Amino acid sequence: MSTTMLLTTGRTTTRRTKPLRKRAGSVVLTFITWVLTVGMFFPIAWMVFTAFKTEKAAATSPPTFITQLTLDNFAAVFDRGFLVYLTNSFTASVVSTLIVMVLAIPAAYGLSVRPLVKSTDALFFFISTKFMPLAAIVIPIYLLLQNMGMLDNISALSILYVGMNLPLAIWMMRSFLSEVPGEIIEAAQVDGANFWTELVRIVMPIVAPGIAAAALICFIFAWNEYFLANLLTSTVARTTPPFLGSFVSGRGQFLAVLSAAATLAVLPVVIAGWIAQKRLVRGLAMGAIK
Amino acid sequence: MTATAIRPGRVENDGEVKPRRGRKPVLTQRERRGLRLSRALVWPALAAAITITQIPFLVTIYYSFQQWNLLRPGDQKFVWFDNYATVLTNGAFLSSLLATVVIVGFSVLVSLVFGMVLALLLDRKFVGQGFARTLLITPFLMMPAAASLIWKWSMLDSNVGMVNWLFSLVGINPVAWNTDVPILTIIIVLTWQYTPFMMLILLAGLQSQPSDVLEAASVDGAGPIRTFFSMTLPHMRQYMELSILLGTILLLQVFDPIAIMTRGTGGTKTLSYLLYERAFVGLEIGEAAAYGVLTVILTIIVAMVALRSLFKIFKKEGMS
Repeated sequence: MSTTMLLTTGRTTTRRTKPLRKRAGSVVLTFITWVLTVGMFFPIAWMVFTAFKTEKAAATSPPTFITQLTLDNFAAVFDRGFLVYLTNSFTASVVSTLIVMVLAIPAAYGLSVRPLVKSTDALFFFISTKFMPLAAIVIPIYLLLQNMGMLDNISALSILYVGMNLPLAIWMMRSFLSEVPGEIIEAAQVDGANFWTELVRIVMPIVAPGIAAAALICFIFAWNEYFLANLLTSTVARTTPPFLGSFVSGRGQFLAVLSAAATLAVLPVVIAGWIAQKRLVRGLAMGAIK
Repeated sequence: MTATAIRPGRVENDGEVKPRRGRKPVLTQRERRGLRLSRALVWPALAAAITITQIPFLVTIYYSFQQWNLLRPGDQKFVWFDNYATVLTNGAFLSSLLATVVIVGFSVLVSLVFGMVLALLLDRKFVGQGFARTLLITPFLMMPAAASLIWKWSMLDSNVGMVNWLFSLVGINPVAWNTDVPILTIIIVLTWQYTPFMMLILLAGLQSQPSDVLEAASVDGAGPIRTFFSMTLPHMRQYMELSILLGTILLLQVFDPIAIMTRGTGGTKTLSYLLYERAFVGLEIGEAAAYGVLTVILTIIVAMVALRSLFKIFKKEGMS
């Protein structure tokens, strides 16, 4: 947090001697901030609250604010085999993220610490694959998987997520690696450290937080992915997002169970995102921002 | 962009050190070994990216020249640009392009404005600042499928939705969001999800303002409004550009809320959804592939602008 406050730069005096009008203005701005924050967060808070209501209390108009809370909805969600979908999501996200990191860390290292001829070209090639709409490549992939009998297969989905997340991870890792002081690496090379010693013992510990953040972002994108999962899986390998999408039958009351399922589905990523939020922006901006 | 500087230390790819084309730089043995090593480090990732994303795209281009419906497998033949002629003249493409432009355009611009407001508000010291920031980024972390469902059934439902209830408190008649104003419904959900994304990038921009310059401005008697327009806004330009471009790239593929909330009705059939429908409901492989190729061409146009802007920012931040 920078110590200079943007909207209040005219103020150089201390809090106690601040003019009353400015202090009142500051209170108003803080109030507005909180109103907007609560407004933005409200749908999520309401989702969590609804998850603990009975179906009857969930679908009332005007809405029910005070009611008996219950865990029945969560039980109902697990009765519908939710654990299988969560496990599939977890497998696809973790496996794809691991493969991405194994490919991305050396590549980013080669592109930043040990430069290659035309390394910028390679970098921009990687990022251009991120701009490729999934829709443009899904037809041949679908037909290929169908011919190989690999539709509804969690490994196939994981490999596609590798392609989806690889460019992002490389750019992000490159951004973190470019901050490793060149002198440290040169000193290690002079001391006769071979490449793997250099990477594992010297570079990796310095960029460990960056690696963790990149991995978290890859995990988030894979966990939330709907388009490919919806097309390429059906029962065995179905992940959470398409399960949620097909959840609503339209008949009978379902709002409370839906809220419970959605709450469970978003929980891992929301927690991961909260933990990584300081570095999130840099990853999302593909390393363009410190 | 060609970077031809080869040193074992740091990369110099600003395009400033640029030996003449065609003249091979002389390398020492150690440098040559380093170069071989970095090639070996990059190629597995390169091979994976090409196999997973580039080859299927080439196949898509090939399919786009075929007349091919999955229901009539024997009927497959090469028809050159017939599919392109069909999709460009049957009206579906143009209306879908319009839907994409409207939805992406409005969602990006509105979330940019909201994101800017929130970033400015967060860039002050106040009680619970970190907590407010944490709550504010959460919509972007929401699984889009879950966000779409919650908005559709819990917030915007015409009978039990919270929004219509709030409207009734101030005497506004209930709105059947999903059926009466589907485009607005999609834009609301996307704006809600992408405002935090814009906010994070813009907040990083605000916090990277050199504080001494701002102090100098205030010493010179510039008020907060004047400081904002003559100093902050110009500084923020590149961050706004970046967030617009990244937001556009991410949103051009938007699919989840449309598949879940409107199923392409009421002018919300974006290019991804149209392709999905032609390929996996209509089973028209050739035609869908043509849509795919056209979508990529469109994305490339946006991406070229994006890449140039990204590159400029890297140069400025001294990060390459």
